[in-house]
Amino acid sequence: MNGFQTQTGARAAYNGRKLSEYLLTAPSFLWLTLFFAIPSVLVFAIAFRTADPSGGIDAGWTLASVESVLKNAYLGVLWRTVWVSCAVTAICLALGIPVGYWIALQNPKYRYWLLLVVIIPLWTNFLIRIFAWRVLLHPDGFLRQSLVALGIVPDDVFFLNNIGAVIVVTVYTCLPFAILPIYAAAEKFDFSLLEAARDLGASRFCAFRRIFLPGIRRGIFTATLVVLIPALGSYAIPDLVGGVDGEMLGNKIAAKASAYRNLPEAAALAAFLSIIITLPVLLFLLKQKRIIRSVVAARRSAGDSTK
Amino acid sequence: MRTRYTSLIVALFVMAFMYLPIVTLIAQSFNASRYGGRWMGFSLKWYEALFRDSAVINATVNTLAIACAATIFSTILGTCAAWALNKYRRSKLQSVHYALVYAPLIVPDVLMGISLLLLFVSMKVQLGMLTVIIAHITFCVSFVTFTVLARLQDFDFNILNAAQDLGAGNFRIFAKILLPLLGPGIAAGAMMAFTLSMDDFVVTFFVGGPGSTTLPVKVYSMMKHGAPAIINALSVVFMALTFTVAIIGQFCTKRKF
Repeated sequence: MNGFQTQTGARAAYNGRKLSEYLLTAPSFLWLTLFFAIPSVLVFAIAFRTADPSGGIDAGWTLASVESVLKNAYLGVLWRTVWVSCAVTAICLALGIPVGYWIALQNPKYRYWLLLVVIIPLWTNFLIRIFAWRVLLHPDGFLRQSLVALGIVPDDVFFLNNIGAVIVVTVYTCLPFAILPIYAAAEKFDFSLLEAARDLGASRFCAFRRIFLPGIRRGIFTATLVVLIPALGSYAIPDLVGGVDGEMLGNKIAAKASAYRNLPEAAALAAFLSIIITLPVLLFLLKQKRIIRSVVAARRSAGDSTK
Repeated sequence: MRTRYTSLIVALFVMAFMYLPIVTLIAQSFNASRYGGRWMGFSLKWYEALFRDSAVINATVNTLAIACAATIFSTILGTCAAWALNKYRRSKLQSVHYALVYAPLIVPDVLMGISLLLLFVSMKVQLGMLTVIIAHITFCVSFVTFTVLARLQDFDFNILNAAQDLGAGNFRIFAKILLPLLGPGIAAGAMMAFTLSMDDFVVTFFVGGPGSTTLPVKVYSMMKHGAPAIINALSVVFMALTFTVAIIGQFCTKRKF
């Protein structure tokens, strides 16, 4: 009898605990299911719907949108999206690794301020950063004018509205996201290992490449992920500084969704982009599950101002 | 060490690279010349023109209204989520919950924008302020959750039991312990939501409708339709605004990188 009572008591406590867990979890769980998980799946479904002439989605089913996306017309854009994103990632790593290394070598007292210096440009609005580059790269802007006047650049070279501008501006917006995780890894790196390698006869570069780089591996993986994925999905930067030859997949999605108002085709393109993005994510996550945590930390500290 | 000098040079180059556009922009906003290039003297005329532009004022009001609404709701949702994730760490439900909160962080804005647009269109919801606010709450929740979660993980829950043993009521525990200890983390999350909402262009561009033009969307349309020089001034004002919020956020949380 007594044992039965304690059992029901324990059960009631367990149920109560479950109930309060459900109540606490429900708001965000339901919200994100409704406005994140369902829409993400919906994209794949709508890719097979027919377009409504008024710009909506019709009830019929068709393969036309998916076929038109797989046509050759998009292969060029797809290829450009991939190579530009890879180039941006490579440049961000090439710049981010030395900067992270350098900051990690400084006196701990100043490191915080140096990182702040890296992050402050992120406090300016994303579009305003792009606009600032348009001002800077403008044909009549002081940068081109002075470079032309100094004879460094021929008069017929323009900085704006080409793929180079897309790469430069994307690197600009992504670089702090690359520096932070690399720094976080470099800060934990034991620099005496480099001296040991030097004592054992390794050249400076060899020690850097064979000891330091593997030592901050996790930071490099994280940096790659936080740069590559937004770059693959970029829309505003190619739209504003890329010109006609700088279009990426994101631009095609936006064009189909707004100018042409063909939502099923936009959905098919978006589904395509989602699949492309899933590849590096899976690759990295399978390789190292703990990267998840560092991605969160990196996005948290870089993605905004307030850490 | 030569590697050290190489890295110093790269670091200096990167700093110059990061600040050159911003400095140019600020200088340009005070330049009397319309197209920049040459310095035509100091002028505040773009700022005057800016404050007379009612469309800009309107967009500012929209931006702040959306940011406030998104901040309030995402802070509530995010704080509950963080509490659940921390308290019921071992439950299966929470590992699904964790994945659900984590995933929006890696999805690019374009995909989030288009998928929400498709949801709203297929649910026949009129695009406007409401849809923008819903979208902003959605991408802010994850950031708030992880900020608050980081605080909670450092929090010693034994303090609560100790307070209870010493006879403190629920209200006193809340006012004297939870609020002062967790408040800064929640405030930091809220600040982050506010800045993210003010900063967003891509998602707003997809799910916005007539009447929900925010400052970034306004800046975008100004850039697209022949850049008038007031964008320079607008950018500087906007920058000052975000800086203020960011600095307040910085003070709210003393947590370092």
